[in-house]
Amino acid sequence: MKLIEDANKQALARILEGEPRLIDIVTARDVLEGLKERMILHAGPPITWDRMCGPMRGAVAGAIVFEGWAPDLEAAFELAAGGGVAFHPNHHFGAVGPMTGMTTVSMPVFVVENVKYGNRAYCAINEGLGKVMRFGGNDDSVLARLAWLRDVFGPVLARSIRAHGGIDLKAIIARGLSMGDEMHQRNLACSSVFLREIGSALARTSNDNEVLASCIGFIAQNDQFFLNIAMAMGKALTDPANGIRGSTVVTAMCRNGTDFGVRVSGLGDRWFTAPVEMPEGLYFPGYSRKDANPDMGDSAIVETVGLGGFAMAAAPAVAGFIGAGAPSSAGNFTRAMSEITVGQNPEWTIPALDFAGVPTGIDVRLVVETGLAPVINTGIAHREPGIGQVGAGVVRAPMACFRQAVLAIAEDLGVS
Amino acid sequence: MVIKQEGTPSGRLLMSKPSVVNVGLAGFVKDLRDCDIEVVQVDWTPPADGDPKMAALLAKLGT
Repeated sequence: MKLIEDANKQALARILEGEPRLIDIVTARDVLEGLKERMILHAGPPITWDRMCGPMRGAVAGAIVFEGWAPDLEAAFELAAGGGVAFHPNHHFGAVGPMTGMTTVSMPVFVVENVKYGNRAYCAINEGLGKVMRFGGNDDSVLARLAWLRDVFGPVLARSIRAHGGIDLKAIIARGLSMGDEMHQRNLACSSVFLREIGSALARTSNDNEVLASCIGFIAQNDQFFLNIAMAMGKALTDPANGIRGSTVVTAMCRNGTDFGVRVSGLGDRWFTAPVEMPEGLYFPGYSRKDANPDMGDSAIVETVGLGGFAMAAAPAVAGFIGAGAPSSAGNFTRAMSEITVGQNPEWTIPALDFAGVPTGIDVRLVVETGLAPVINTGIAHREPGIGQVGAGVVRAPMACFRQAVLAIAEDLGVS
Repeated sequence: MVIKQEGTPSGRLLMSKPSVVNVGLAGFVKDLRDCDIEVVQVDWTPPADGDPKMAALLAKLGT
């Protein structure tokens, strides 16, 4: 259908032509329009407290204490269950968040501007590994780290980013792909390149060597530091592609631990949801599938722009880490995803595939026709609140979301 | 019976070790590999998971 083909070309062009730059870190309340006290933004499509999974509830309770809306976790659970806080998806505020995806008023957020289209997207700072709020952690150590990110790290890194004049993110991603990253479960190269890029500005804008050392150490010790920047970038790239009538290109995929949600360009801000699936993966010592929570997070925005599972061929080491098979089979994931996308990204190429571009622009028609569901590389959270990450794996987007989207596009275009 | 067919293409096929291309259901692959038969698996499913209404709709939408 010509209308669809033309619309999809336009959607793909908007994704590919974006110019994302990391320009600042600011307090969420200052930039997320409509974000107020006693309001919690979460990952995935809309969800109510009674349907939230364990780690999401644990993170909510932690966020409530962090913001001072309740004195302790017990009171926080009561406040949340009693309707004392409002829940909204990050996506409704131009933001994204990994795993539980908590964003509240006082949290610092990365600001990524798409210079080409003038839009901005936001994501909180990655907390590091171990017990963290994004995996449902909520004890004193988790809240203390969040306070340090808010009071020390965020302002220091923000000064350096501004002094540097912002950072071109496309170039960092391109280098990361050639260094073994896929930007979802492996961000080692991009985190390292980012630190190299910002290092001199960090030193120049800091007036306290101990603080400077702690900030450099925080980035250097967190292989996933860059993930949250890549996520804000993904959101900044896909938002301008949303709302093109007739386009069947996916502009968002996300999960809240209960439901998986998909947005399609031609259908604007409407969500197509289905029960989220359980990742297949490897577990840390002492944990198994029975401990795992179904998939979570806005982080599938990186797959939406052709990274993560779609760029698996660039990161054969990840295939082993997440239990996706032999490193030599990593290319199969990328080749399969090429069958459900409308194009490739010539600026983000994969050496192991003779510098083919990452498959970009998921077409809901192709997903349904081929039966190939988008593949997402993901972390696995414990199903109980307060414990944290227990493994990493691969999950498929539920086919039902894409079938609903095809039917809705057909209805919108008067095709039956 | 086998001896009579040795000279024909089908007879030669039966007398030699086959190489197999399996299209679709991957379950057949394991049995063959267990017999030390070389198999190439081709992932394939009917369009739209065999749903004729959805397949017809997708055809109208241009896939």
